[in-house]
Amino acid sequence: MKLKKQLIALTLMATAGACAWAADPVKIGLVLPMSGPFASYGKQIEHGVKLYLATQGDTFGGRKVELIIKDDSPGTAGDVSKRLAQELVIKDKVDILAGFGLTPSAFAVAPLATEAKKPMIVMNAATSAVTTKSNYIVRTSMTLPQNSAPIASWAAKNKIKKVFTLVADYGPGHDAEGQFKKTFTAAGGTIVGEVRAPVKNPDFAPFLQKIKDTKPDAVFLFLPPGGETIAFMKGFKERGLSAAGIQLISTGDLPDEDILEALGDSALGLITSFHYSEAHKSPENKAYTDAYYKAYPKDRPNFMSVGGYDGMRLIAEVLKKTNGNTDADKFIEAARGMKWTSPRGPVSIDPATRDIVQNIYIRKTEKVGGKLQNVEFDHIADFKDPGKQ
Amino acid sequence: MTVVFDGVAYGLLLFLISVGLSVTLGLMNFVNLAHGAFAMLGGYVCVLLLDRFGVPFLAALPLVALASALVGVLLERTLYRRLYGASHLDQVLFSIGLVFVAMSTAHFFFGAQQQPLQLPEMLSGQFHLPGGLDVGVYRLFLIVIGLVLAFALQWMIAGTQFGAKLRASVDNPRAARGLGIDVDRVFVLTFALGSGLAGLGGALGVDMLGLDPGFALKYIVYFLIVVAVGGSGNIKGSLVASLILGVCDVAGKYYIPQVGAFVIYAVMVAMLIFRPQGLFGRTAAK
Repeated sequence: MKLKKQLIALTLMATAGACAWAADPVKIGLVLPMSGPFASYGKQIEHGVKLYLATQGDTFGGRKVELIIKDDSPGTAGDVSKRLAQELVIKDKVDILAGFGLTPSAFAVAPLATEAKKPMIVMNAATSAVTTKSNYIVRTSMTLPQNSAPIASWAAKNKIKKVFTLVADYGPGHDAEGQFKKTFTAAGGTIVGEVRAPVKNPDFAPFLQKIKDTKPDAVFLFLPPGGETIAFMKGFKERGLSAAGIQLISTGDLPDEDILEALGDSALGLITSFHYSEAHKSPENKAYTDAYYKAYPKDRPNFMSVGGYDGMRLIAEVLKKTNGNTDADKFIEAARGMKWTSPRGPVSIDPATRDIVQNIYIRKTEKVGGKLQNVEFDHIADFKDPGKQ
Repeated sequence: MTVVFDGVAYGLLLFLISVGLSVTLGLMNFVNLAHGAFAMLGGYVCVLLLDRFGVPFLAALPLVALASALVGVLLERTLYRRLYGASHLDQVLFSIGLVFVAMSTAHFFFGAQQQPLQLPEMLSGQFHLPGGLDVGVYRLFLIVIGLVLAFALQWMIAGTQFGAKLRASVDNPRAARGLGIDVDRVFVLTFALGSGLAGLGGALGVDMLGLDPGFALKYIVYFLIVVAVGGSGNIKGSLVASLILGVCDVAGKYYIPQVGAFVIYAVMVAMLIFRPQGLFGRTAAK
């Protein structure tokens, strides 16, 4: 008799629990590097997410959105990210995990998302394999091969026959080098030299001299955005490589809006392929950049902020579709194949891989109204991640 | 030839960014891992002066050195002096803590992004000499400054009365006090000198190394290599060590890029095996 009563009580409680979500806020746990060497990643993604909530309201599908940000500085230590994500799931009881500035953190949290059945929105980490690590991952940023393949085909089509590749000696560098070589040689180009420079390399003089003596048509560069890129580009100009007719090409994260000013005029003439530029011409981007400058007058909108903005948008649209239900299977089902016009242009979520499909633009770094900008002059439409084919 | 020139220039860059540490660690025997923080301070002051106040680069350099020296004195009076007698482990823990404080402070005031620094026209570019030698103007400038500083410092330590007092104060503070040397004052001045040089090195390095809050920690390995290989207690050792390391590193990266990154460490290991106390290190003074 007593047992029966308890059972009824339990059932009642369970039903009440199941109904309760309709009124409760949706808790989103953001795992981002907010301090340390990659603090600018976290800051930009946070800007994007908050900007979406500020401009589009914070209640979707009848539920208010609540953000909890955890700093997984340095962002490259998977165990730190995993511990914080665990705290978010167990202590803060979040419904959705999001953020992830760098690949190691996304990799480490993926099994947790599977186990805890939480949707995981990757807003930056760009290694191709990230979305394969859990069936609950959706990515709204980009993948590295998605950006390094188009610059290779563009180069092959534009009279660049011999390329020297210089990449930083770490995972993303190897990926970029591999994809570039694959696409470029398949299109009939030759690689005349390849160097893997140490990640922390204070002086590029020897590499630059080697390039100058090899006389390629172009140099494909992939370095972590920051001091190394600045050192390389300044050296490139100073040593007269651009004057010698060597074209510098790279993926667009190198002359990202955050470091363009620090690169200064040495970035002029650089040709890159990327999915977002502040100078992208569309009404959506105009609205986005205007709102961004109003909210954060000291910073410049860049691709990471857009990754965060679109990630938040995806969450909002899914909540509207599911009426606020955050069950991981339903959430991912609703996200598959979703299409929208982002500040970067038209994007969609690949139903098969849950990865983003988007236009990749070929841009040249120029001075527009006294400000350095990556001006788009060509694009490949609806480009899927070639790393998963 | 260009490789040798670049190597020498890189060596002197190493020397410039580590010379402050040669003073604090090498001469004062204080394991000052916060050296990078002073260098970073110098970098930020330089960028501020150039950007915000429009001070010309060359005029900014002495101001930078002065500013870092003043901060050095302030910290020496309030914090560092308490740890002169402490064990090296305590000094390491203290100064590495200071680095983190400095990094967060820089982050708070300047943000995480890279700081722009535009050199004046006259210091950028490259000119060609007969014989296929390409000389970067800024690199030449670094070489000149590095050599001038090295000789001035060496002379100060070995040839002046202040240098003698300093050596006496470090080797045996009690006896030095007994001889009427104001050990406290000597230490403050030397520490100010070390921090000033760190700041100057930082400011000179910004163009080649970039500047963000991670600067304080990023190049610490290079500072330490130079001082370790050069041996403590003299500037000449640091200079020679920087030159050897610079030339080997650049040549290694040019001729065998696949393993180039390891050359600098291989050279360090080899040199330390043959001269464990450093190139010109004094064999245990105490």
